[in-house]
Amino acid sequence: MGSVNAIELDGVSVARGDRVVWSDGTFAVEPGSFVAVIGPNGSGKTTLLQLVLGLLPTRTGEVRVLGSVPARGNAQIGYVPQSYGTVNGDLVRTRDLVRMGLDGGRWGMGRPSAEDRRRVDAALEAVGAQSFANRRVSQLSGGQQQRVAIAQAIVGSPRILLLDEPLANLDIKTQREIVDLLGVLRERLDLTILVVVHDLNPLLPQLTGAIYLLDGHAHYAHIDDVVDEELLTHLYGTQMRVVRTPHGDLYTRSA
Amino acid sequence: MAPLSVTFQPNWLEVLMSPFMRNALIGGTLVAIAAGVIGYFVIVRGTAFAAHALAHIGFPGATLAVLLGASVTGGLLVFTVAGALTIGALGKRADDREIATGTVLAFATGLGVLFASLATAGSTTVTNVLFGSLLAITSQQLVVFGVLTALIVLAVVAVFRPLLFASIDPLVAEAKGLRVRLLGTVFMVLLALVITMSVQVVGTLLLFGLVVTPAATALRITARPVLAVAMGSLLSLVAVWVGLVLAVMFNLPPSFFVVTVSTGMWLAALGATRVRHGRPRRADPPRASRGADLP
Repeated sequence: MGSVNAIELDGVSVARGDRVVWSDGTFAVEPGSFVAVIGPNGSGKTTLLQLVLGLLPTRTGEVRVLGSVPARGNAQIGYVPQSYGTVNGDLVRTRDLVRMGLDGGRWGMGRPSAEDRRRVDAALEAVGAQSFANRRVSQLSGGQQQRVAIAQAIVGSPRILLLDEPLANLDIKTQREIVDLLGVLRERLDLTILVVVHDLNPLLPQLTGAIYLLDGHAHYAHIDDVVDEELLTHLYGTQMRVVRTPHGDLYTRSA
Repeated sequence: MAPLSVTFQPNWLEVLMSPFMRNALIGGTLVAIAAGVIGYFVIVRGTAFAAHALAHIGFPGATLAVLLGASVTGGLLVFTVAGALTIGALGKRADDREIATGTVLAFATGLGVLFASLATAGSTTVTNVLFGSLLAITSQQLVVFGVLTALIVLAVVAVFRPLLFASIDPLVAEAKGLRVRLLGTVFMVLLALVITMSVQVVGTLLLFGLVVTPAATALRITARPVLAVAMGSLLSLVAVWVGLVLAVMFNLPPSFFVVTVSTGMWLAALGATRVRHGRPRRADPPRASRGADLP
């Protein structure tokens, strides 16, 4: 599969009702990339994820996900939607929620097979959630809930992981832990990761590129080209600066 | 019997053994099983208000059936299923439309009163629909209850995992290719069937106590899905059986005792699990560091 792009867009535009959300999307995301999806509110970041998930048709152009037309129920994609903590977490255990990622679509009540149980345990272990596997999701902290959501997304061994605002409402330390976790998972599981974010900074150490939605168009660039004062200023609609610390760390801030 | 006196019936065991009590026990058992099974999903889907609404929508169905000389079960069935399909078509947000739903409820109840009045059915029929008539269940109704309960249990077992996934995690379920909307409609129709039966046991006004409360109690105690369903059904059964026995013992309406037992169990579970459910909001220190926690 090595040469097949993880995600490929060719002349894509996408609409919600009559409104064109963005157009001119032509780019390819190579396998193993760690990509941020950025843009102002309402610029179509979640729309892009829905396109890849096959939940939304293109208006024009073509999308390819691992070489195929996007289709709902693609087992090659793991998905963590926005505001994950708002699920009915008081009513379900961590372990059961993760298991849904594996057999939630199958008929019947079904006891998990030994193999399924092993995979659930492995996913819980991969995100460091074994210690609270039997707790109700509502009893977990925001960071723990995000880990559980990621475990559910990876339990089916996907090739691509899509996350919508996984760092929202998390404190800085927890944001960092989640970002580090995603970096580890990308290497260990050989994943391509797309993350919708508002703030690039927590992700900068891991990112290889960014899809940015600007002026109604979708662009993709290497991360070094995105971390650019002029571009970021245009993108965020406020004066931005790019700072490199003496240690070589890179970050962006509003001037 | 003097007013305001509650008398213990010394011959209660004898009454319990009588044929009409046998019907009540079997009918109550069937309904309790169905109510417990669907009740779990009512809670998990957050559609308790829809359950309440469907019970009210059933009321004019029952009284219209009396007016037309048709079967009450049939009238309830037609109205609740139609109501369920309507709520299902409105989609997830139907539950949020409190004003619209409340208005429709009031209108439905008004219609029910009108039909009852036109039918000159007398207050007994109306009382039975509003407050239940467990002791008046006929053998013919039992057959219908048996078929409906079997249908409901089989259907829920068949769609258990997809329905749970679509209820708890609709966005991911949809991305995974599940027919979330269709599952919602299937659930609403099954709920309508349960309500058709439950109304005849505890009545429109007390239905919540049989369909929702036992499942809520079970979910306080366990979050394991299959166990919660089994426990919800069991608690419904306990409420119906204990309620019936007490009703016979004191010669008072079973509906009262059924919902009293169900409410009592709920309060007990609330008290017993209060500590465990104290939920931390986000941005708090990881709980793992606090050492041993509940299982």
